[in-house]
Amino acid sequence: MIVVVDYNVGNVRSVCNAFRHIGCEVRLSNEPQIIKGAAGVVLPGVAAFGYAAGALGALAEVIKETALNGKPLLGICVGYQMLFDRSSEYGQHKGLGLVGGDVVPIPAEPRPSLGRGKQTVPHMGWNLVRMGENMDLFAGLGREKHFYFAHSFYAEVADGEAKIAYTDYGFDLPAAVQKANIYGTQFHPEKSGKAGLKVLRNFYGICKRGS
Amino acid sequence: MLTKRIIPCLDVKDNRVVKGVKFLNLRDAGDPVELGARYSDEGADELVFLDITATISSRKTMVELVEKVAEKVFIPFAVGGGIRTVEQMDELLRSGAEKMSVNTAAVANPDLLTEAARRFGSQCVVLAIDARRSRERVGRWQVCVKAGSELTDIDVVEWAVRAEKLGAGEILLTSMDADGTKEGYDNQLNRAVTEAVNIPVIASGGAGKLEHLYDAIVEGGADAVLMASITHFENYTIKQMKEYLASRGIPVNL
Repeated sequence: MIVVVDYNVGNVRSVCNAFRHIGCEVRLSNEPQIIKGAAGVVLPGVAAFGYAAGALGALAEVIKETALNGKPLLGICVGYQMLFDRSSEYGQHKGLGLVGGDVVPIPAEPRPSLGRGKQTVPHMGWNLVRMGENMDLFAGLGREKHFYFAHSFYAEVADGEAKIAYTDYGFDLPAAVQKANIYGTQFHPEKSGKAGLKVLRNFYGICKRGS
Repeated sequence: MLTKRIIPCLDVKDNRVVKGVKFLNLRDAGDPVELGARYSDEGADELVFLDITATISSRKTMVELVEKVAEKVFIPFAVGGGIRTVEQMDELLRSGAEKMSVNTAAVANPDLLTEAARRFGSQCVVLAIDARRSRERVGRWQVCVKAGSELTDIDVVEWAVRAEKLGAGEILLTSMDADGTKEGYDNQLNRAVTEAVNIPVIASGGAGKLEHLYDAIVEGGADAVLMASITHFENYTIKQMKEYLASRGIPVNL
């Protein structure tokens, strides 16, 4: 069973729905014992970083400990950003520190995009992700696929052990990471159609192998 | 490269999708969940559901609708109509919506945009602007509220700029003059707003032919194009739209 951490942020239902759709048993919970007993843990997130970190509260330690014990952990969007050391969204906030790096604003530099003199922030919509080599989340998906992004901050990954997949947003923007049993996607797999469901199926496979 | 988005819009009344002309003379277009799932299967990038009645009882219906859609549709969708508070937004997000769209409530209480952005992140906060060409000020547009029934004195471009600063992450820009006419988007309006802000702008109102989509992106600078009549009644599929845009050099997720 996969447990989706329920910490009073939006979008939790969509993540559960997507896992159910692919035939995976999933439970939404904020109870430490249930999180510890899961085959894999998903940290979702539609929220601002500070709000999310505050809402997670004491569960942060539970998730961290579970991940450090080797249980597969998947962070999505802000849940992904929280895997890193810190964020500067609306103030300075501490992350889980499971992957090295800082969450910083997407630069609002004028970069001509088609039909428009500048590139927008948030980075919103479907962008092409170049799959990293040997990243388990992307098994069977080929070299590149479109996924749905919606974010104004991004993680500057500074971790030699992390494998990274990138997307092009005027610069190489990290779209997903994998560090041992810790996985994260800046995009929303649960909202990325068939390719997104495949990513979740891959995570489910990783959890089944691990438990 | 980030692709341009095709977004079918589903106006919902009494649990049915309807579509009118310039916000009037509504026609039935089907069941919202079925239609949403169909558009998703056809390759839509995103969906927008607007509760056009926005009454207390319809709000409960919208939450139920969002729950049902979220079970079947694995692409992002926004929901709007009658949203007044962050608590209502929270309920809709938790039910499975990706974004909330606000118009009247943000005009009445601009701080709502800031409050919502701080809690949910600005990528969830869509400011809907219903724009009407100004009779007094040539080349300007005025903001309409209450489903197009009330014209305010607020200038559309100034409001868009202010809303971005307050925390809006996207603008859903509807031309009331063009809505439902199928004569093309108001690309002067789209251009005026896309040049003034740095957040994505969804062009809405007036799509009737495939060229109109191209024009909104290239002439209007739109990041996404929203349509209703052209998909509900004119039998253009999402795939046809995307293939057409791709053939003219527009990046799309085909």
